[in-house]
Amino acid sequence: MIRFLLNDTEIRLTEAGPGDTLLDFLRLGRGLIGTKEGCAEGDCGACTVLVGRLHDGAMVYEPVNACIRFLAACHRCHIVTIEHLRGPNGGLHPIQQAMVDHHGSQCGFCTPGFVMALYGLWMTHENPDVVQIETALQGNLCRCTGYEPIVKAALAAGRAGGQLQDFLTLERAEVAAKLFAMPVGAEVSRGDERAILPADTDELARVLVQHPQATIVAGATDVGLWVTKQMRPISPGVFIGHLMKEIEVGADEIRIGAGVTYSEFAPVIDDHFPEVEDYFLRIGGWQIRNAGTIGGNIANGSPIGETPPLLIALGARIVLRRGDKRRELPLEQFFLEYGRQDRRPGEFVETVVIPRKGTAMIAAYKMSKRQSADISAISVGFRIEVEGGTITSARVAFGGMAGIPARARLAEAALAGQPFTAASFEAAARAVKDDFTPLTDFRATADYRHAVAANFFRRFWLENSGTDIPVRLNRAVGE
Amino acid sequence: MKHETLAPPVTPETPHESAEKHVTGRADYTDDLVLPQGALHAYLGLSTITHGRIRSMDLDAVRAAPGVIDVLTAADIPGKNDVSPIGKNDDPILADGKVMFHGQPVFAVIAETREQARRAARLAKIDYEPLPHVLDPVAALEAGGGLAVPGMTLRRGDPQAALPKAPRRIDGRFVIGGQDHFYLETQIALAIPGEDDEVVIFTSTQHPTEVQHMVAHALGVPANAVVVNVRRMGGGFGGKETQMNLFCCVAAVAAKKWHRAVKLRPDRDDDMIATGKRHDFVVDYSIGFDEAGRILAVEGDWYARCGFSADLSMAVTDRALFHADNAYFYPDVEVRSHPLRTNTVSNTAFRGFGGPQGVIVAERIIEEIAYATGQDTLAVRKANLYRNGQLTPYHQPVEDMILPRIFAELEESCDYARRRQAVLDWNARMQAAGGPIRKGIALTPVKFGISFTATHFNQAGALVHIYTDGSIQLNHGGCEMGQGLHTKIAQIVAEAFSVGLDRIKVTKTTTEKVPNTSATAASSGTDLNGMAALDAANQIKRRLVDFLCTAKDATPEEIRFVPDHVVVRDETIPFSKVIEMAYLSRVQLWAAGFYATPKIHWNRAEGRGRPFYYYAYGAACSEVSVDTLTGEYVIERTDVLHDVGRSINPALDKGQVEGAFVQGTGWLTSEELWWDKEGRLRTHAPSTYKIPLASDRPKVFNVKLAEWSENKERTIKRSKAVGEPPFMLGISVFEAIGHAVASVADYRECPRLDAPATPERVLMAVERLRGGPPALRGA
Repeated sequence: MIRFLLNDTEIRLTEAGPGDTLLDFLRLGRGLIGTKEGCAEGDCGACTVLVGRLHDGAMVYEPVNACIRFLAACHRCHIVTIEHLRGPNGGLHPIQQAMVDHHGSQCGFCTPGFVMALYGLWMTHENPDVVQIETALQGNLCRCTGYEPIVKAALAAGRAGGQLQDFLTLERAEVAAKLFAMPVGAEVSRGDERAILPADTDELARVLVQHPQATIVAGATDVGLWVTKQMRPISPGVFIGHLMKEIEVGADEIRIGAGVTYSEFAPVIDDHFPEVEDYFLRIGGWQIRNAGTIGGNIANGSPIGETPPLLIALGARIVLRRGDKRRELPLEQFFLEYGRQDRRPGEFVETVVIPRKGTAMIAAYKMSKRQSADISAISVGFRIEVEGGTITSARVAFGGMAGIPARARLAEAALAGQPFTAASFEAAARAVKDDFTPLTDFRATADYRHAVAANFFRRFWLENSGTDIPVRLNRAVGE
Repeated sequence: MKHETLAPPVTPETPHESAEKHVTGRADYTDDLVLPQGALHAYLGLSTITHGRIRSMDLDAVRAAPGVIDVLTAADIPGKNDVSPIGKNDDPILADGKVMFHGQPVFAVIAETREQARRAARLAKIDYEPLPHVLDPVAALEAGGGLAVPGMTLRRGDPQAALPKAPRRIDGRFVIGGQDHFYLETQIALAIPGEDDEVVIFTSTQHPTEVQHMVAHALGVPANAVVVNVRRMGGGFGGKETQMNLFCCVAAVAAKKWHRAVKLRPDRDDDMIATGKRHDFVVDYSIGFDEAGRILAVEGDWYARCGFSADLSMAVTDRALFHADNAYFYPDVEVRSHPLRTNTVSNTAFRGFGGPQGVIVAERIIEEIAYATGQDTLAVRKANLYRNGQLTPYHQPVEDMILPRIFAELEESCDYARRRQAVLDWNARMQAAGGPIRKGIALTPVKFGISFTATHFNQAGALVHIYTDGSIQLNHGGCEMGQGLHTKIAQIVAEAFSVGLDRIKVTKTTTEKVPNTSATAASSGTDLNGMAALDAANQIKRRLVDFLCTAKDATPEEIRFVPDHVVVRDETIPFSKVIEMAYLSRVQLWAAGFYATPKIHWNRAEGRGRPFYYYAYGAACSEVSVDTLTGEYVIERTDVLHDVGRSINPALDKGQVEGAFVQGTGWLTSEELWWDKEGRLRTHAPSTYKIPLASDRPKVFNVKLAEWSENKERTIKRSKAVGEPPFMLGISVFEAIGHAVASVADYRECPRLDAPATPERVLMAVERLRGGPPALRGA
């Protein structure tokens, strides 16, 4: 049985398949039709709901896409839909009122999703600025308004405040107590199809040994599409999104549990790798960053996953576990060839170990047709160490240039041991052409991938050469 | 009761009538409707090849799948297997023997649940005999140039003689991409069978009357047996003008066959693969001009990817030519359209309806001349603007030109001259310093012809009921797709009776109340339906006045409609009391209104006439920054001054302008339709097809309506249509990007960016103009 709170009702489900989505449950099962299906792949945000969960004993509410949130992954959560929203006097919530006042809806189909995303922002950010609002809305598409009135509504609601009187704030302790009383582990099935939520990592290890062919589901930002688009069976589905959340910052390295989401990882980035903060904000939209995990982004093995190039450049290692046996390997060795990783049956990624950067210069860049919430056509991570004007170490890894994320060995060789000068980076820019034979596809042509790969070396030099000319585009107003 | 107090007059900036329902999730879309008992679900099986004959279809596994009730093929359609909106019989509901594009509907599964139908649809085994395919206009030309519909020529003067005589001449080619509508609500139809031959459809179409006709043809029943209802659409943009017909026909055929309600909603990917889009064009142009930058002659060929069938391609490609001049006088001109048949989904209406693909070529012509003569593009624009009395290529005189004033005001309010100089200075500094960020600025106009070019569509009806409690029900032939049409029409009727909006309920659009309607399209919704609604309201009002004259022994001059009351001499009577009195005196309290646009006529064969009642105008100035290392860009600032005549609702109109601008920008920047060699569309979902986000809109976005403008023609309240014209203001961004790109070669060369200007196209243009990759300073 899985248990969760849906608005103000406790749900106990004894029958559900691992591929049942929250969105279908809401619309078809409960008649909660305010949450819309726009794309069924986590890209448009029309299905945005808030998912509240216990984190260190307190409630954390985050906007997520109901279309690719599996119902089983709602266990021990508080699902808040548009129908639950209300203002202090029982009328419109301040976010809803601001949307009406600023003409923030036209056709209205995307509107409930926008309201929920903005509500999530309003709850967690006092008086957000325009860039914060835009960042929160990267996962919400509107085709009618051009967004201007929606951003104005968000600004106005932010200025108005009122979070302390908000209904969810007032309910928080009670909700937390109810969720706390629910068991961490759970299992549910329909017919032959099973969804298993292990109570802890040790149980996960045992379950995967028993079911080596199980589909491991973390944030479901990719597995969700296997179900909604390819209609693939995923039973038994082993749900791990609630596990492996540890983040340990040591003197030399940072250990990240594989279940840490992009959003949970963000403070680590801010504190230890601030150079790549903007890169992380180009991964998915907010809803995706709230669901997707670092471990999933690696284990999934995609050649265009956003974190592996940077992590490889940083020299990250991963810990793979099967039963009680663990092995550790450099991340780059995990990717064998397109579609194949060094993960054995019953094994799972448990921890990502990231060396701290020390005095190294680091960077991560990506290119995509749209700057935000677009899968990269090409991405890169740099880690360059310089001592006494000489490049002592160069690690550069690319995504989108080959069937797997891979280091640019020739370009690295063009840098290592050379003076830290424009000429060295110009040489690397020329050398990288022979490192890869990229594809032409709908994201980019091979020629463009080559051109950008080379230019990323030029950008790295410009950014790190102490020049005061602007090197990057700036989204903030008033430069 | 609030009604009985003196209601405030209707405020012009009244919010959308459904705003509170939108924000609370209580606005019902077709997929939200409570289904009748025993409802079934349909799902379409799509072709897996691009062009070929169907040798055989093995649907046994589909039929045997769990929950499946039936599988429909072309043979199951009792009437005509065709949804061609122009009666060309080239647009099958389900492919019959032959498939013409990858993703064409071939069969429909009917099952107990949508998921069952969708799963089963994947089990079909269809044996095809592949045939060669052509995917784009150039390939279609090379393969013999088969046309989907006849092309058109507009000609005035003698460009063939004028071109060789012109001091300067440029020939060029411009490749212009298409665009997916990406309405947030996908196509959807719910059919509920009735007794005898009747069927009721709930759907999300811009054209209920056409759905009515198509369903009637498919079922082989008269139109009077079919009722089509539309409460609201989750966005349309032209994508639901004809494209919904197929879905409604399938649902209706299944519903009648099984006598159960049937709903059909495709997944987003299937919606994008199987429904038409904005036409992409390849345009070859020749321009003659003088050293001062004045256009002397223009010749051009517009080659369009129409897809496999006619659909609306004739009118769309016609409109491209109608706007090939945008706002500029071409002394000698000939433009020709070539609506080419391709093995791709049949392209259709999309906001602007071909117009943008004409306008953007006119702006390319301006750019070519400006770069060739070393002038600011704005100077070239001003030098070539129409003056009143000059003839368009279709021989309609321009009589309402207001762009000089719009230019003057916008130039000043956006500080164009100073900012352009700052852009040039910045680029010079960056050129010297080796900085990768370049800037560009452009101010571009739009002149857009308003009216359906098929003259007979320019008619509308409305039905106004006043019930005995004084509440008003308003119905008209237009459909609500987010544009606020129902709000504006309600405002018009409220003002006619001088009552508050809370007294008026606009009901769903239904073929039962107003028949023979035109599509809500061509920006015409308010122009046409507003006039029809006003006509209905005025009829009732006249009866009320007549009644009061008799009852109170007054003259019409002594009767005034004031907020929620009627004053008869010194007596003030609540509106609802007047209605009650009129009812008791047996006065008819409802009326049907009608409107037909005057003055317009068009002869396509001769290329002459007055297809447009009037023009709507606007201009935008955009400034961008471009990263010349990657081709990425941001819009630093956009200023818009747009003409909506006398606005009925400035808040809604501004919303249309902002939304159209961003959508137009998307068309020209990040939105790219990409077919592989096999003819499969590979950008068919938001994960691969990228419409603008909040963070892609201009960082500073100043949108103003030209408040002084008033329609010269007697339109409703002297307003102007607003849906489509501002879409083309997005061209200012495209051209500003081009300006930044041109800076790498010191503006000596027209950047000739093709559309969409994805970061890839921008970077490749930068490297082409610069003659290779950048070299780092000091390297």
